[in-house]
Amino acid sequence: MTSIKKASVNSKKAFLNYALVIVFYVVFQTLVSTKHITNSLKGQLIPITCYMIMAISLNLVVGISGELSLGHAGFMSIGAFTSVIVTSALTGLPGIAKLVVGIIVATVIAAIAGFLIGIPVLRLNGDYLAIVTLAFGEIIRNIITNLYVGIDGKGVHFSFLSPDGLGMEATGKIVVNGPQGALGYTKLATFTAAVVLLFIVLIVVQNLVNSRTGRAIMAIRDNRIAAESMGISPMKYKMLAFTVSAAMAGAAGAVYALNYSMIDPKKFDFNTSILILVFVVLGGIGNLTGSIIAAGVLVVLPELLRKFGDYRMLTYAVVLIFVMLVTNNEKLKGRIDTFFKKLRMKISKGGRKK
Amino acid sequence: MKKKLLSLLMAGSLVMAMTACGGTAEAGGNSGSAAAGNGQLTGTLKLGVIGPLTGGAAIYGNAVVNGTSIAVDEINAISSDFQIELNAQDDEHDPEKSVNAYHQLQDWNVQAIAGTVTTKPCLAVSAEANSDRVFMLTPSASATTVTEGKDNVFQLCFADPNQGSASAQYIADKKLATKVAIIYNNGDAYSTGIYQTFKAKAEELGLSIVSETTFTDETTDFSVQVGDAQKNGADLVFLPIYYTPASLILQQASSIGYAPKFFGVDGMDGILTIEGFDTSLAEGVMLLTPFSADASDDLTKNFVTKFNEKYGEVPSQFAADGYDCAYAIYSALQFYAAKNGGLDVTGMTAEELCDILISVFTDASFSADGVTGLGMRWDKNGQVNKEPKAVVIQNGVYVGM
Repeated sequence: MTSIKKASVNSKKAFLNYALVIVFYVVFQTLVSTKHITNSLKGQLIPITCYMIMAISLNLVVGISGELSLGHAGFMSIGAFTSVIVTSALTGLPGIAKLVVGIIVATVIAAIAGFLIGIPVLRLNGDYLAIVTLAFGEIIRNIITNLYVGIDGKGVHFSFLSPDGLGMEATGKIVVNGPQGALGYTKLATFTAAVVLLFIVLIVVQNLVNSRTGRAIMAIRDNRIAAESMGISPMKYKMLAFTVSAAMAGAAGAVYALNYSMIDPKKFDFNTSILILVFVVLGGIGNLTGSIIAAGVLVVLPELLRKFGDYRMLTYAVVLIFVMLVTNNEKLKGRIDTFFKKLRMKISKGGRKK
Repeated sequence: MKKKLLSLLMAGSLVMAMTACGGTAEAGGNSGSAAAGNGQLTGTLKLGVIGPLTGGAAIYGNAVVNGTSIAVDEINAISSDFQIELNAQDDEHDPEKSVNAYHQLQDWNVQAIAGTVTTKPCLAVSAEANSDRVFMLTPSASATTVTEGKDNVFQLCFADPNQGSASAQYIADKKLATKVAIIYNNGDAYSTGIYQTFKAKAEELGLSIVSETTFTDETTDFSVQVGDAQKNGADLVFLPIYYTPASLILQQASSIGYAPKFFGVDGMDGILTIEGFDTSLAEGVMLLTPFSADASDDLTKNFVTKFNEKYGEVPSQFAADGYDCAYAIYSALQFYAAKNGGLDVTGMTAEELCDILISVFTDASFSADGVTGLGMRWDKNGQVNKEPKAVVIQNGVYVGM
């Protein structure tokens, strides 16, 4: 009986998230098409959506699976660079087809990377795991910083030495140029595509969490020994969560990269990983709705604070600390909860009267 | 009184330069929004600057903004008919934030952009500006890819390859060395860009490169790199890097008693201002730079004094670039106004102004004078043409050579 009740609560939450994404899309798409939006906000819509996907993806590892990962930007960069190489190599296809293929390949490559990195990483626990993910994030960044990729008539060339090491034909075009990153490719990402991806990611994660697999993952998080004694293999389920999460980060990276016409490997350093972790922590660990909202608000906030001039980043930091304190204040939380309970009671009473 | 006199002098020389140019040029551009035929430039220009004002690269962004605002103050003091409104936005040296800053400026109805300061953000913003048709003159983003294929983007600084090949040319011409070692940052676009062109040019000129070693942003110990150069008997070490690692390399070389010639590029500018650095180690270091604060010409003297008065420091090359950017755009508008019987910039869209500025900057008869070079001209690719200056550090100051 209780399990049915719980499931209905979970599906209610899930529908709330879908509704949130749909409302987000409809509102901003209307604003864009009626031109009632500032350039500043319009230009940020796609990055915001990408960060929302990143936040959901990291929440799967940190919140649902309970492992602290500090290298998530690494998977994002794998997706970003893969999609750029794929879309540059595909010629003669319409933009939307290139975008879709780019995202799919990026997702697959990031998933493979996530799987391979997961093998050593997930054998560790707690702080050790966090430090090793941090290291892998940096390793990915350093590899991409030294990666040269060119495309010519014969196909795609790779080198870790220099652009000359590619051995390309004279007409060849360098796509990824070592520390300079990838530049001069076509922008393909659209807001609609980004939101569709966000929706797919939400469906995947929410269904995963509410499935047998999801419950196994959470059981391992809550008590590894108990879960193991029930015949659940921790390695298998942790790997699953980690790989799915890496795949989604890759997809987010793909859309993010294709929203600009250049992408810099240095962008995906551990600061970006921490930024995404901040979205997750601020939105509530394990709380998908919270992550989505936190990602949206925290990406827009620095832009809204531009009128503070020199004090912008200071104000941003103060706001962050303030929000962290408020959301972690048990007294305040309790008051908010009782307020909502009272409200609900009033509504249900009112409903009965009618 | 002296300041007023100087600014009058500058205004005078600009007007002279402009009329001289205007006289020889044939009318070529459109005269769509030209005002009544008095040849006057009027109105208010909304000029945007994008650069890192916070974070690790803030020193560059703030220098550019300070330099630009000095130029804007001077221009605004010349005549009340033409004024410049300056709006500087922070990009934290991040392409994503830089595009945000650019959109912010668009919401402010920006008409032209002097920026962005650093290379990678510039690549992201220039692609946007190219499709939106907003004119950009970057003070210091030096990669060739910044201007490649974008007719609306111009550079005020030397492009990286030019620096690399000019350095090799200079070393070969002056017979400074036969065996060259290179230490560069292979995690940095600026450093690898210069390295690649230097190497190509050096091979062409018959300089033998005996040692090539790399480091990354996190490196603080250079014993391997310096040791390799010493072991291979290099008599000149080429350092296409920023000044912080360069100072560590100089310390390392001195500690092992290795004293080759050191040759740097514009990133080396600033080495004398590092706190706690023994400047005697930099004695004899040569560098290629477009600006030296010790130059004795009036333009530089005026700029250095004003900068010092307002911000209490000696302007760096970035400040000089920013200063020249504002003046280059100003002279370009003057040039157009003189040629087309006047120009009122108030309320013009960025697109209209972009076409005007492109037509002037690619005009062979247009040239601008500034503290980073006299008679700067631009080619169709957007790269600047000016003389590089080589300086050598003697007794703790830059001396021209």
